[in-house]
Amino acid sequence: MINFNYTIWIPLLPFLMFLFLGLAGHKYFPKLSGILGTCGLGIITLLSYITAYKYFFLSEKIDGAYQKITAVNTVWLQLTDKLHIDMGILLDPISVMMLVVITTVSLMVHIYSLGYMKGEKGFERFFAFLSLFSFSMLGLVLATNIFQMYIFWELVGVSSFLLIGFYYQKPSAVRASKKAFIVTRFADLGFLIGILILSFNTGTFDFITLTDPSGTAIAQGGGIAFLGLSVMTWSMIFVFMGGIGKSAMFPFHIWLPDAMEGPTPVSALIHAATMVVAGVYLVARMFPIYSLSAPVALEVVGYVGAFSSLFAAVIACTQTDIKRVLAYSTMSQIGYMMLALGVSGYGGHEGLGYMASMFHLFTHAMFKALLFLGAGSIIHAVHTNHMTEMGGLRKYLPITHLTFLIACLTIAGIPPLSGFFSKDEILAAAFHSNKLLFAVEYVVAGLTAFYMFRLYFSIFWGKETHYHHTPHEAPATMTIPLIILAIGSVFSGFIPFNELVTSDGKGFETELELIVAIPSVLIGLFGIVIAFIMYKKESAIPDKMAATFKYSYKWAFNKFYMDEVYLFVTKKIIFRYISQPVAWFDRHIVDATMNGIASVTQSVSLRIRGFQSGQLQKYGFVFISGAILLAILFIYLWK
Amino acid sequence: MDILTLFVVIPVLTITGILFLKDTRQVRLVSAFGMGIQLILAGVLVFAYLSARNAGNTEEMLFIKDYLWFKSLNIHYAVGVDGISVAMIGLTSIVVFAGIFASWEVEFLTKEFFISLILLATGVFGFFISIDLFTMFLFYEVAVIPMYLLIGIWGSGPKEYSAMKLTLMLMGGSAILLVGLLGIYFNSAPGGTQLTFNILEISKVSIPIAAQRLFFPLTFLGFGVLGALFPFHTWSPDGHASAPTAVSMLHAGVLMKLGGYGAFRVAIFLLPEGAKELSWIFIILTSISVVYGAFGAIAQKDLKYINAYSSVSHCGLVLFAVLMMNKTAMNGAILQMISHGLMTALFFALIGMLYGRTHTRMISEMGGLMKVIPFLSVCYVIAGLASLGLPGLSGFVAEMTIFVGAFQHPELFYRIVTILAVSSIVITAVYILRVVAILLLGPTTNEHHEHLTDAKWFEKISVVTLIGSVAAIGLAPFWLSSMIGTSLQPIVDRIVALNPF
Repeated sequence: MINFNYTIWIPLLPFLMFLFLGLAGHKYFPKLSGILGTCGLGIITLLSYITAYKYFFLSEKIDGAYQKITAVNTVWLQLTDKLHIDMGILLDPISVMMLVVITTVSLMVHIYSLGYMKGEKGFERFFAFLSLFSFSMLGLVLATNIFQMYIFWELVGVSSFLLIGFYYQKPSAVRASKKAFIVTRFADLGFLIGILILSFNTGTFDFITLTDPSGTAIAQGGGIAFLGLSVMTWSMIFVFMGGIGKSAMFPFHIWLPDAMEGPTPVSALIHAATMVVAGVYLVARMFPIYSLSAPVALEVVGYVGAFSSLFAAVIACTQTDIKRVLAYSTMSQIGYMMLALGVSGYGGHEGLGYMASMFHLFTHAMFKALLFLGAGSIIHAVHTNHMTEMGGLRKYLPITHLTFLIACLTIAGIPPLSGFFSKDEILAAAFHSNKLLFAVEYVVAGLTAFYMFRLYFSIFWGKETHYHHTPHEAPATMTIPLIILAIGSVFSGFIPFNELVTSDGKGFETELELIVAIPSVLIGLFGIVIAFIMYKKESAIPDKMAATFKYSYKWAFNKFYMDEVYLFVTKKIIFRYISQPVAWFDRHIVDATMNGIASVTQSVSLRIRGFQSGQLQKYGFVFISGAILLAILFIYLWK
Repeated sequence: MDILTLFVVIPVLTITGILFLKDTRQVRLVSAFGMGIQLILAGVLVFAYLSARNAGNTEEMLFIKDYLWFKSLNIHYAVGVDGISVAMIGLTSIVVFAGIFASWEVEFLTKEFFISLILLATGVFGFFISIDLFTMFLFYEVAVIPMYLLIGIWGSGPKEYSAMKLTLMLMGGSAILLVGLLGIYFNSAPGGTQLTFNILEISKVSIPIAAQRLFFPLTFLGFGVLGALFPFHTWSPDGHASAPTAVSMLHAGVLMKLGGYGAFRVAIFLLPEGAKELSWIFIILTSISVVYGAFGAIAQKDLKYINAYSSVSHCGLVLFAVLMMNKTAMNGAILQMISHGLMTALFFALIGMLYGRTHTRMISEMGGLMKVIPFLSVCYVIAGLASLGLPGLSGFVAEMTIFVGAFQHPELFYRIVTILAVSSIVITAVYILRVVAILLLGPTTNEHHEHLTDAKWFEKISVVTLIGSVAAIGLAPFWLSSMIGTSLQPIVDRIVALNPF
């Protein structure tokens, strides 16, 4: 047995760094905090790589399957006799893979930020928040139980809130951070309800017990039904609601494009590579339950993923803010991962979709982080987000240009770059189980290639724009991460995921299915060619197209008016038709009743007070008339 | 003298000391000194309690002292604590300590202010250590009365109106409560032996079910008024809005907890069968409190009103959990009292400090304060995050314990209302973030606010004490939760024995 106790430092170190930088950073070493944070992250990146090596190559496999190892576990809070929240570290193929993804991207973003954020006000605050985020994200993926995951799930939410609103004096950033927090919070409500139902029925939070394919949790899953679905299915749908929110799937996706108000390195780390894939990770973590005990819920996952990926891809074709294009692209790619899980089965080759999803998560993290960091480098050079104000930048930014091109080719699925392999596995998995979803993804693949190259050509080719300052390439702290991630994007496709990360821990054989692969490459190329024709040189075609499909273009450009729908619900319904009436009711009905009791008492006492006038004549009059009255009563009526 | 009586004696000595002083500075220092000792004493008590438990003492109540006080009615001065009261005493001493520092700058009738404040604290401490219903009620009244003076004299806005309203409503509650308590007293000896006010003795007899049915609602309602039970919560927004900072802190932080604690210790513990039968009525009322308070808070414009409605929501959760009558939910209720006590005190302290600088509490008149007064603003954000239940701060621990506990209820109705109560976490997030965004973030809107000064040393003591406690509970809840849990066990055993589910 290999000792994994040291892994406790992987989440702990960023936490200590957060406290350290947060409490002492701004006073004592504002300049140094970036270096400190980066060094701390460097250490845990190294630890993660060591862990990955030890886990995948040295740890003992039983029956050919990677085992789930609980490295550390301690009771944090005892709730009922059976239920207790633990804090611990669970190592299994997906958590170890996520360790590598998170620490790699996070380290790149740290290094990049040293250059990108240089001279910004709140430099040390930025690194403190990044450390907080790294801590939360690592705690999330290493969770041994679903409640620990929920705890860190909330913490990544708040880190994201803090980082989106980093420029807290900018009203749009404040609005975006608020929106992100509240939308995901609403989704997390579903997650929490799902946890409550799940734990009520199974009596445990523990992942290993819950997801044991031969365990009691899965066996009893078909229990009591409600509206035709088993309780287990309901709870898994609720749990997935949390995933919809965090992973920005339809209809809770509206926070993600706005979240681009945050500094660009944050978008790369949180809103592209790590936090937003938490929903995918959640489903993968609970996958045996979804697959064996709640197949309907798994279908929901698949369809939500497919719809979101198509929806986002269509919108991405019309946006002009480069970060927003990338945001919708992220949503679309995460939809791919969800879909892959949705069409997957459990165990062996059946679990192809699961493997493909994790594979795509890995490669996507590399190339999407690269795209965002590249976008950051571009924004850094030209001080605008809008691609209409860019053009011909290839001459000024050679390294950014090259790495951006690699990333675009990767996401378009051109072999032998990594995106080709992972996307191909997803398409193959869909092809074998659900032709409708396959067709959707096929279209999305074409759209993806189109909008990415629309972006690429508009930025780096197209018309020459006159810039106020001649744009120049970013400093080495920013270009080195770009180069490293580009290398990752090119070569990560050759990692044998089918041997390492599978639904049941056992490796299986995969082969390139040409019947799926060739058309997907072709449609990718087709998208690129269209983009080439429309955007390589300045041309009138895009405007003509927009004019021809006026209404559909307008709908897509306005993101199908989802923001307006939400605004209507929150501003009109909740604020105007619930909160204000409640407040009014409280003041004018409930409180008025209480005041009414008081004023009735007061007015009654006022009346009574009249009797106590202090005038002897009046007292005498009342006394005598009372006596006479009584006398009459006694004399005439008392017989 | 036993350690528990010291909790009443020290404040009384402090008050006596203040009476002989003239200088305001000395008054402040003596108050801080006295309450500092009280805080240390609370620490000693926690330590003594835990070591007695570790030594294997399994008595229901520890440090019991009993003096006969009024023979013909068998009234005793009887004190004793279990883990729950120890926790509440700890909470009280922290909030009082922070409250003294938050009212450091009271200029008007300083001496009288601190005397009333500490008198109020005396009542609260006395309440938590009592195990005799009569003594308990006495201390309860001692805590409520100074409130009238504190709001009426040192308050702001329509202070006489608010003070009168608050006192009258709470007195109305007390009247109902007194009937309930006497009802318990006269049924405390069905065998014809000596009647008693002692909680431990009453808990051993079984009060006739007809009497329970009658007196449970009275007792619960009586305490419920203080715990801001819908629809008897309307004293809270007005009262808090008019009260001076430290009084709001003590009132929302500690005094409202007397309601929850009493509902638990008297209504549920002594009348469990009545509670079982009638809990559904109050479950409905408390669920309304939870959601209604939260929605009400969204539409408010005054910071104190927002926090008052938020307290209605959070305290509603306390009573809600108590009524679930299982160990986890009740544990959550106690945790929620402590957590809410700390964070609402923190909120009111911060609101008071903001008001002292900007002279307004209207959120629309402030904006972008983060840049001007970063320390206070960051603390406000932390308080907000605690309030909306961020893990790592105390609110999360308490709420999750309540939700998980309440969801274990065997009846479907109770689980459905639990889900309703759970939904309040979203609404809470809405109003907290709304305030934070308007108040602290964005550009500084009011040019008069551009040169405000950040927190002074005494303000920092007050705020850091509270934040430290909130974070300590949030990060390491286990010891507190198990201390409460151990003491709950005999209570729950008794309830379950009488009400087999």
